[in-house]
Amino acid sequence: MNKLSLIDLLSLVIRRDLVLAMRRRADVLTTLIFFVIVVSLFPLGVGPEMDMLRKMAPGVVWVAALLASMLSLGRMFSADYLDGTLEQMMLVPQSLSVLVLAKILAHWMVSGLPLVIMAPVLGLQFDMPTQALWVLIAALLLGTPILSMIGAVGAALTLGLRGGGALVSLLVLPLCIPVLIFGAGAVEAVVSGTSVGSHLSLLGALLLIALVFTPWVTALALRISME
Amino acid sequence: MLEVSNLACSRGDHLLFSDLNFSLSAGELLQVQGANGSGKTSLLRTLCGFMMPVAGEIRWRGQNIRELGDAFYAEMIYLGHLNAIKDELNALENLRISAGLAGCKVDDKQVIAALRRMGLRGRETLPVKVLSQGQRRRVALARLLLSNASLWILDEPLTALDVGAVELMQELIGKHLVSNGMVIYTTHQPLEVVGVATRWLALS
Repeated sequence: MNKLSLIDLLSLVIRRDLVLAMRRRADVLTTLIFFVIVVSLFPLGVGPEMDMLRKMAPGVVWVAALLASMLSLGRMFSADYLDGTLEQMMLVPQSLSVLVLAKILAHWMVSGLPLVIMAPVLGLQFDMPTQALWVLIAALLLGTPILSMIGAVGAALTLGLRGGGALVSLLVLPLCIPVLIFGAGAVEAVVSGTSVGSHLSLLGALLLIALVFTPWVTALALRISME
Repeated sequence: MLEVSNLACSRGDHLLFSDLNFSLSAGELLQVQGANGSGKTSLLRTLCGFMMPVAGEIRWRGQNIRELGDAFYAEMIYLGHLNAIKDELNALENLRISAGLAGCKVDDKQVIAALRRMGLRGRETLPVKVLSQGQRRRVALARLLLSNASLWILDEPLTALDVGAVELMQELIGKHLVSNGMVIYTTHQPLEVVGVATRWLALS
């Protein structure tokens, strides 16, 4: 019987989505440039007061990352839905949850990872100390995959709806509040000299919970959306 | 092999059909007929498990397809209204991925042979977005050549195809039936497969 191993399925779907993203580079760049612009607007708008900028930096970077990740959610399933590829994916003789996990991972590599890489450069605009920059990177590395995973559930639920783009933000943003609190909290903790570990462990725990549940929930939501 | 009993389907509140019974065994060809909106596509999508039937049961080798799940999907191939090919990729990449997802181990030689058979010689590495509608349909149909599924579910396979491609499809379906395959399809064009009596299923 034809059956792919789970690892083959994961790597096949991730490679496919990465190739597609590379052929549509404009989409990837939009998210990144949006992130850079939003973060850069704050020093311009608030004024060049170093103390204030340093204090608000973690929050600003995290909120901008949250908004930038909303921007790319619409694309996660809609292109595959419109050209019929998603139908074929449901007929793959293998777990749909694993396939969804592969799509989420590919989405994160394309829209989350560039933000993580860009964040320290933007942090310098806010005069963040080096130690805080490292914590910011660690927190974003743990947090942005959670945003992609929660976003996937929202994207699957709103698939094929008119005005789904705005609706998905309304659904997903409130669910991302814990990530925002612990992510920004970790950076604030290192600045104020308290323990970073607790914030990062909580983010790690959220990541594990999301990793277990969101692919499965997304797969269920996709099946409902396809009816 | 495939048995459908007392099947009823609805779209929203509208009941499309009810008490539908038929069965299909190896080497049989079934054409689903009916006016626009009579539920042909819904029937095929229900057979694929995308839609939940309102009532009735679909069995494959004696077992409900809902319970079979992956084991059923490994033995069937579905071609819908949409071609399920990516504009950004070329025909070769598209087929390699779709065959890969279906679990078929194919090498580039087989894929190229399938594309040539479908009359796409010289178009293998062009991005699909520069191909015409009919050529895209041919790329989608080339999946049939690479699959070893025994049940083919084809929704309007002949749309946008020219006379030559229609003849080729008839030949492919004929070959598949001879090797004990099963085909269910919908079409508004006449499709004559040599040596096989087509069975009709009319939806009203």
